[in-house]
Amino acid sequence: MKPSRHVYSTVFLLLAASFVLSITVGAVNIPLERLAAVLTGHAGDAENATFAAILLKIRLPHAFLILLTGAALAGSGAAYQGLFRNPLADPYLIGVASGAALGAVFAMSANWPDSLLGYYAIPVAAFLGSALTVFAVYELARVGKTIPATTMILAGVAVSSFASSLTSFLMLRSTAELHRALSWLMGGGTLGGWNPVFASLPYIALGLGVLLTSGHVLNVLQFGDEQAHSLGLNVERVKLWLILAASLATAAAVAFSGVIGFLGLVVPHVVRILWGGDYRHLLPLSVLGGAALLLAADTLARVVLAPQVLPVGIITTLVGAPFFLWLLRKARNELFG
Amino acid sequence: MLDILSLTVSYRERLALRGVTLSVRAGEVLALIGPNGAGKSTLLRAASGLILAQSGQVLLDGREISTLAADGRARMLAVVPQTHNLPPTFSVYQTVLLGRTPYLGWLGQAGRSDHEKVAESLEQAGISALSSRMIGELSGGEQQKVLLARALAQSTPILLLDEPTNHLDLRHQTGFLSLVRKLAVEKGLAVLVALHDLNLAALFADRVALLSRGRLEALGTPEQVFSPEILTPVYGVGLRVMAHPEYGTPLVLPDGPSADVAPQGRGYLISPAPETPLRLHA
Repeated sequence: MKPSRHVYSTVFLLLAASFVLSITVGAVNIPLERLAAVLTGHAGDAENATFAAILLKIRLPHAFLILLTGAALAGSGAAYQGLFRNPLADPYLIGVASGAALGAVFAMSANWPDSLLGYYAIPVAAFLGSALTVFAVYELARVGKTIPATTMILAGVAVSSFASSLTSFLMLRSTAELHRALSWLMGGGTLGGWNPVFASLPYIALGLGVLLTSGHVLNVLQFGDEQAHSLGLNVERVKLWLILAASLATAAAVAFSGVIGFLGLVVPHVVRILWGGDYRHLLPLSVLGGAALLLAADTLARVVLAPQVLPVGIITTLVGAPFFLWLLRKARNELFG
Repeated sequence: MLDILSLTVSYRERLALRGVTLSVRAGEVLALIGPNGAGKSTLLRAASGLILAQSGQVLLDGREISTLAADGRARMLAVVPQTHNLPPTFSVYQTVLLGRTPYLGWLGQAGRSDHEKVAESLEQAGISALSSRMIGELSGGEQQKVLLARALAQSTPILLLDEPTNHLDLRHQTGFLSLVRKLAVEKGLAVLVALHDLNLAALFADRVALLSRGRLEALGTPEQVFSPEILTPVYGVGLRVMAHPEYGTPLVLPDGPSADVAPQGRGYLISPAPETPLRLHA
């Protein structure tokens, strides 16, 4: 099954639509007809100037951060599923996100200079946390050369709980940051301004860059390590690169948007059901779809109880957890025999 | 073409291969036979560079396998694995195209020559008509041919096959092995194939290598190796060897169950006919 060019244009259009929705809808709604004028700098009246300020200082950086986060989580979710050859792998379920959160909170609790340089340091700490977790889960869950779904989820839950407990401990010790850290952890891109966008962009671009060029390699890996080896792949090295790239993208996303569950599970699955399992298309379509879906979920989170803003992680989990259970039920026989 | 020299492999404490030496020449089919646990799979895995030998060497056209890069090795030697655990949603064409991996870059961009090679391989394996089907929709015999076509797309001089006829019916067993023979003869491939069925080995292999407990017990033509004196101690069963009525190749006939549990009617051909004729309905 090969997705046609229309598929890419459709997903692009979806992304554009949810982006426009995201920057126009909120506590103050910006009419669409004003948007063009405001963005091209034809401020005109005072109202347009207010809109311009809202857009440039709040909406646009927030939308870009959410876009990057959605792209990173869905892209790395697709990559983890391919790497583990397991349809239930997701940055959240295998504990990578909790590990990244632990790393980020550790960096924040130690020293959190409110500058761009300080911001750049957070994803690095988050990356160390996520890399440690993913290797721990991989080693704990491995039975011979396979990663069975049962052991993977158990190891993910255990390692993830361990990391979350450490995170809570760190947060309780620095009470001043507690409230901010808590809403951050529930996912919502609550940090404002352009700094988080610029700080996460290079890491996510690098991580997703590696993943997006690895479709062929992930296809080969679907036949198992032994066949990948006989087809000329340096399996251990390739897997290490892919795990590091996916963990880097996840870490940078979690570092500024918190733990947003199930996006990395749902999006690649929907793409797989609609357009097949070829990773050369699955990866880019997941990246685009993840960005679009998270932007839509985030807009919903901002309007559903307005003026109160819900953490977007609540929305994705409310949708994602039932989807996960449905998937588990569907795959029960094949996975758990 | 493929030279295995005094190969010793151990899993933790247990020796799985003990100083095995054998060579497969270009254009030859060598069947690897032996009881379960004799070391057939281990030998194939070591010969493909998947596991490292304790001592000894695996030479591909004179070059030690461990000195070759992963893609260089995959241009010399292809493996046809058993068919379980294949991703069901891959198309046949896509799967065979993956055989070009050692010639492609990281992105896997296939050029015209790669697609031509895939078409040729599908043709040789006799599955051109299946090219747009999904692997999950195919029978075991068809899947085995897809894996053979993928190995052919690798364009290697050496081919290893791991019990390729295991789950196939009689027609597919002989069909598949005839195809392998044809490829060995016409393309000059060196083929090392692990087989359980001794009679298939006798029909389709130029030589057989008999493994037992990690040791090479015998190496030669089926006529040289297939005798009760050599096979009975290795397999632990009584057997007779006869000549195939048509080809003269050895046929191995194992002893049946003891008389007290033998299926009813056994022995009619050599003993007098039963007094009461067989009746289906009493």
